Parts: sequence; structure tokens; C-alpha cells
Amino acid sequence: MPYVPPEQRIKDLSDFAHKGIARGKSVVGLEYQDGVLFIAENPSATLHKISEIYDRIAFAGVGKYSEFEDLRISGVRHADLRGYSYGRDDVRARDLANAYSQALSTIFTQQPKPYEVEILVGEVGEEAGRNEIYHVLFDGTVTDEHDHVAIGGHAEELANAVQAGFQPGWDLPTAVREAVKALSTAEGRQIEAEQVEAGVLDRTYPRRRKFRRLGEDEVATILAG
Amino acid sequence: MTDGPLFPPEPSGGPIGANPSFFDLVRRSRPETLPSTPGTSDVAAPHGTTVVALKFDSGVVFGGDRRATEGFSIADETMEKVFAADDFSVIAIAGAAGQAIEIVKLFQLELEHYEKITGDRLSLEGKANRLAQMIRGNLPMAIQGLVVVPLFGGFDERRDEGRIFYYDATGGRWEEDDFHATGSGGRPAKSSLKKRWRPGLDRTEALQVAMEALVDASQEDAATGGPDPARGIFPTVVVVTSTGAESVESDELRAAHQRVVGGGGDGA
Repeated sequence: MPYVPPEQRIKDLSDFAHKGIARGKSVVGLEYQDGVLFIAENPSATLHKISEIYDRIAFAGVGKYSEFEDLRISGVRHADLRGYSYGRDDVRARDLANAYSQALSTIFTQQPKPYEVEILVGEVGEEAGRNEIYHVLFDGTVTDEHDHVAIGGHAEELANAVQAGFQPGWDLPTAVREAVKALSTAEGRQIEAEQVEAGVLDRTYPRRRKFRRLGEDEVATILAG
Repeated sequence: MTDGPLFPPEPSGGPIGANPSFFDLVRRSRPETLPSTPGTSDVAAPHGTTVVALKFDSGVVFGGDRRATEGFSIADETMEKVFAADDFSVIAIAGAAGQAIEIVKLFQLELEHYEKITGDRLSLEGKANRLAQMIRGNLPMAIQGLVVVPLFGGFDERRDEGRIFYYDATGGRWEEDDFHATGSGGRPAKSSLKKRWRPGLDRTEALQVAMEALVDASQEDAATGGPDPARGIFPTVVVVTSTGAESVESDELRAAHQRVVGGGGDGA
């Protein structure tokens, strides 16, 4: 096998993963008054980008569906197993983000091809300002995000569009409207309610499991209002 | 903690797809956390006693007394034996209390895990079958005398009706049309239900019938605790209808108990 310097190999792998992610759609994560909102453009109503992991933890992925779905399922297993072995309060987003980071970094260096994915792990805090959002890249790089974050194909334009209007403490309808507006700006076309996938971790939701999907009707009502 | 590797996801055991079972996952990755078979059969373990289930016009009512016994002594007067398994189903357990509660916890997680992995809730039929398999997995314990026999039921959203299933310690599963009772006071409770139950009961009547069955059981069976209004101890009762599973508040139970004992008395 010809010698390839590590710098070159890492660069090639990164370029490959970036290209894969750039072909896909984007996801916005942002903190609002009652928790954390994840919102995405998704033409499919059943193949989700945004999902529940545990009581206070949600997941969003962009890139190759089969790969972030793998990560989602492993995350649910990790969380449920930990909650069963210890206690439900011991399942934390930081721990999960670290596990994802380790796994993706191993895959990046040891598998024939890296995963073409970027993911967000969000946790809603007991009170405002205590939310956590982690952004994990295909090579295992993990960052701790505040207020808002964008991942996926048009992440940069999207991040700028959200940044332009963002104010802490939005209520849910405002947050949804602003996020859809930012998605539309980044894509350069109007995004309709039936193409929007949205999920929230709402600390005021009167259940142990705080994750809730916003249905198509609910999104349509919010966008019309 | 020594988790197995997180990736790639554990295979399903079949040719493709992810296994949505939490029970299988624990058995593979953390077997030491599962309820295990004790070395001898004469361990003094608390036993839970009578649970009843009946259908009414919009769903099912499940109730259980609150006493747990350990040999001839009362271990606990406020134990819960009836639990919502998820939003639309309920499980009630009579038997060795420690094992029972572990099995309930595992079963609740099994349903939640399935829902999160696949994105769909199991059908009521699917939940009932899964429970039978889990009890079968517990069979060595049943043979040693730590018998766990649940009643399971809920609202079947596909059929739009309430359904009740009962089991034996070998994991045998039967569907019950009207009502069922199990545990040490199951026999008197069932006789009571047989006399009082009729098709098309409304919620208030159903609560009263369930309460009466449990009161009857407590009068015939030493291991079943009766309602104790003075101390505010009433049976645990969970009602499941098309809107979901809901625990009945003690005020409503107190009223049902009053109707059973005829507007006074101590009920015992």
C-alpha cells in the first residue's frame, strides 16, 4: 500500500464526510422559553430526523439516514440501560454526547469510511438557562452550544439567518415561526408546514417524558398565526 | 460502568434490523441487574395479595389491595400492586413483591424502549404476548415458590375496546371477557365480581364493584388488607379508557367505599 501522510488521509476523510452532509437537509436547535426546540425541513412525515432519547433528552441528526438512525438507536439503548442500572435522573446529555463522540471518533479513524453525519443532543433543564445542547461532528468533535445552533447542508447560512433574529426567551410559536423563516432564508425558498418536522423538550409538559412532536396541524396553525 | 461497545448497534438476532426489546438488551449487556434466582426457596420475601380487573362501558378498571405479608406478619400496609404500564395499559401483580416490582419495571421499560426504537406503540395484543414471554423467562423462580402472576389489560386502540388478560406462573396467557381476580384473596374477590358485575357498567358502578370485591377478599383472606378510611388507606385503582390510563384519586375511592359499606361503618 502506498504511504499516505496522516494529514492527507484525515483531510480526504473529512472532505468526503463534509460532501455527504452538504447534500442533505439542515436542522436548527434553539432554546426557547420552556425548553429546547429542534426543527428541520423534512419531506417525509415518518422518517424522522428529530427523536426522543430519554425523559429530558432529544436527538437530531443530518446526513445519511441509515447512519444517524444507527446512532439514535444506540443512544436510546445506552440511555435506557443506564437509567435501568442506576436511576432515571442519572441519564444525562453530556454523558451521551461523550459516548457519541468516542464512537464517532473511532469510526472516523478505524472504519473504511467515516459516518456522513452531524448530530445534536439536547437536554432540557429544570429551569430556564439550564438547558444543554451538544453538537457532535462526524470525527467525534463535540461542542457545547448555547441559544441556537444549525447543522447540515446549509449550516452556515442557516446559523446566520437564525442569529439575525434571535432573542432569548421566545415563546414556542415565535420560536417555530422564526426557525422556519431562517430555514426558508437559508434554502432560498418558502418552506411549507407539511415539510416541517419539529420536536420540543418542554419542561412544562406534565409528564415524565418531556419530548413531544409538533404535529403538522399544530405547525400549520402556528405558521398561519 | 462496563457498557458494551455503543456501536455498531446490537443486532436483532434476525438477519436485519435493530432489536426493539429492552429485556433482550439487558439480558445480553447487564445480566447481573436482572431479578435472579435465589439459592433457596425459604427466603422470607414479602408477598403481595389480591388484585382484580373488570371491564366497564368505556374501558377497564384494575384494583389491588395494599397489604404485603411476610409469613404471618404484615410487611407493609401501603404497597402498590397496580401500575400503569404505559399510557394505555395497566399491569397488576400478586405474588412475591420484590420480583413483582422488578418485572413491572422491566415491562414498563420494555414498552417504552420499543416505542422509542420503532417509533410506534406495541398493539395491546403484542404487549400481552411480550409479558407472557417475560414471565416464562422467570419460570425457575416460579418453581421455587416465588410466584409472580400478573393481570394485564388496557384499551385496545385498534379494536376500540378495553381488554383483560390473565396469566399463570408458567407464562400461559388467556384473555378474559368480563372480569378476573388473582392472588391469595382471588377466590372470594371473584365470587363477589360474579354476583355484582354486569355488562355496560359505568365508571362509578365499576369502581364500586371493584371496591366491593376487594373488601370481600379482605374479609375472607388474612393476607389481603381491607380499605382503612381512618388512616386514608384505599386500594390502588387504575382506570384505562380511550383517553389513557389514570390513577383514581382517594376522594373518589373513599366515596366508592362509602357506597359499599352503606354510608358508614369501618368496612372491615
